[in-house]
Amino acid sequence: MQLEIRERNVGDVVVLEMFGKITIGDGSLQLRKTVDDLLGAGRNKIILNLGGVSYVDSSGIGELVSRHTTTKNAGGRLKLLHPTKKIKDLLMITKLLTVFEIHEDEQAALDSFQ
Amino acid sequence: MMLAENVVELTIASQLEFIDLVTTLTDNITSMVGFDEESAYWINMAVRESVANAVEHGNKYDTQKSVDIRFTIGVDALRVTVRDHGEGFDPATLPDPLDPNNLLNPAGRGILYMRTFMDGVDYERHPEGGMVVSMSKRRAPKQPVPDLSEGDHKHDAVGN
Repeated sequence: MQLEIRERNVGDVVVLEMFGKITIGDGSLQLRKTVDDLLGAGRNKIILNLGGVSYVDSSGIGELVSRHTTTKNAGGRLKLLHPTKKIKDLLMITKLLTVFEIHEDEQAALDSFQ
Repeated sequence: MMLAENVVELTIASQLEFIDLVTTLTDNITSMVGFDEESAYWINMAVRESVANAVEHGNKYDTQKSVDIRFTIGVDALRVTVRDHGEGFDPATLPDPLDPNNLLNPAGRGILYMRTFMDGVDYERHPEGGMVVSMSKRRAPKQPVPDLSEGDHKHDAVGN
């Protein structure tokens, strides 16, 4: 499996620890299903911990954008935690740095939902 | 006798599962040529995007249609061409993914990736059908062209 997602609950916030690659096909679909299942269960405060993600292709970036929008439309927020330098480079290239709320500290990310 | 250029070719069916095979070959070639780790990472990404576009948008996942990839290791640059066998398109008509109105689109960033990570990217229609994307990345000066005149290149390239 290219992408592994571990779910952790901190109060009413869900932290998704992600490891591997978010690429066209299985990786993107897995991210979509995981977030959509959470939203379907009424869990709309979501943090994606990208510290373990080594590679995100344009499909993966598109999926991040898409889940950001879907979560917002569901009345929630999807925030990014610990993106690697390469992921930040990609977000800058695609002008998406300002679209996402990005945190380098998990507690700060959790507090931002309060 | 050492050739001025070496060519490695690979043909895959239009299945996403084969993209990793192409990027593994890409990593082998960029390592052999002597690109630094950072450059190799982004070349890998550009090749992935071009092959994914060929599978998804060019051949529309028709497994009867192939994607043909050619790496040309030149003295001055690595050149990569990726050909699909689809209906073709005009890249000038594609939406600009950096337009504020398009920023939240889930798709349409592949060519931006390729243009960002490579030194040159050109599209043309193949005379026998399909599109060919040609990408190039300049090599650092004074790197010798590896001699590929012996051995099974495809076998080595996929690390088997």
